[in-house]
Amino acid sequence: MTPEVLLSILRGLPTTLLLTFGALALGAVGGIPLVLLRRSPWAITRIPARLLIEVLRGIPPIVWLFIIFFGLAPMGIRLSPLTAGILGMGVISAAYLAEIYRGGLAAVNRGQYEASMALGMSSPDMMSRIIGPQVVRVSIPAAATYGIGLLKDSSIAFTIGVNEMLYFANVESRSEADAIGPFLTAGAVYVVLSVLSAWGSRTLDARLQKRVAR
Amino acid sequence: MNVISDWSSYFPDLLEGLLVSVQLAAISLGLGIPLGLVLAIANGSGGRVARAGAIVLVEIGRGMPALVMLQIVYFGLPDLGLSFGSFVSAAVALTLTSAAYTSEIIRGGLQSVPAGEVEAAEALNMARLDILRFIVIPQGMRVAVPSLMGFSILIFQATALAYTIALPELLATAYSIGSSTFRYMSVLVLAGLMYLAITIPMSFLTERVEMRLSRHL
Repeated sequence: MTPEVLLSILRGLPTTLLLTFGALALGAVGGIPLVLLRRSPWAITRIPARLLIEVLRGIPPIVWLFIIFFGLAPMGIRLSPLTAGILGMGVISAAYLAEIYRGGLAAVNRGQYEASMALGMSSPDMMSRIIGPQVVRVSIPAAATYGIGLLKDSSIAFTIGVNEMLYFANVESRSEADAIGPFLTAGAVYVVLSVLSAWGSRTLDARLQKRVAR
Repeated sequence: MNVISDWSSYFPDLLEGLLVSVQLAAISLGLGIPLGLVLAIANGSGGRVARAGAIVLVEIGRGMPALVMLQIVYFGLPDLGLSFGSFVSAAVALTLTSAAYTSEIIRGGLQSVPAGEVEAAEALNMARLDILRFIVIPQGMRVAVPSLMGFSILIFQATALAYTIALPELLATAYSIGSSTFRYMSVLVLAGLMYLAITIPMSFLTERVEMRLSRHL
């Protein structure tokens, strides 16, 4: 593990982070309509939403990236590797986050719904002002765990040529006499990042939990 | 050529690939889960050294992406004089990843066994190994089953990563068909459906087992 190799791999860190946060942001927003459809009282929206979530989660992420990157190109939709990566990981995240939100919705105390209705709040008002903020707070630990997983899964984008950390590790390992060092270095960076973010999410969670009604 | 005749010509090759994927997942889990149990026990009731060792191994195994692990085993270990074929490399890497993740799942299960039961066993002067074997493990593993099944689905999906080390599993087979026919979309979608044919029934089964195991709670 030499400093030059470490520096070279760290050149991929901004892309790794962009990929992770881009996909997470896409998923956090996309998960909202998915969970609302999934929980709707009408089977006509509930069943397709459920099916979509199962399909998004059931196909391996690398296969989704290939479908988006290689599959769409002959149809004239040519995406850059990074766009394809964010898009692919983003739609998968939407499905996972929808399930996390569903758990969060179930965890909000029933009395909160009843109290909002008793105050005559409209349904969108109740969701956006009373239930939603609590769901976000309850969902944070699971979403953070998912985000940390996503940080590691983002390395998959290397297979479609996104120049994130593993991409540079691969370049270094091919060009240097030392094949194992660059991969071990990249692995160490991932370990440090995931240990740090796990610690960060526990701290954040402890602060947010104070404002959830039980 | 329409999609149906495309698919029927791809299907036999892809099925062979799927078989490799399933075998890889089965071996990795078959070795990884017992290893995870050992790590969980070392972490929960081993001495200080065993405990520290287990924690470090688990943090490294969980912190490192499976894809990086795969590259280290396949491209890196030959540097140290250890070369494996692509199937063995993939099995080694996924076993290590499985061991790290399942040890945390199993540890959660073992911890859910009431402390009173362990105390009662101690009062009966049972040996520590016997307490683990007859009291903690049978009950703790039951609690861990749904999560282990959920994790197994993820490992089955992770076998697709072995495409990067030229293992002829489902994705690699689909990709090579795609690169010779230039009909990537059609063959990749079929491959995706074949992954779903395993993962969706597994996920329903997991849900059923979860409901069954928690019905008396």
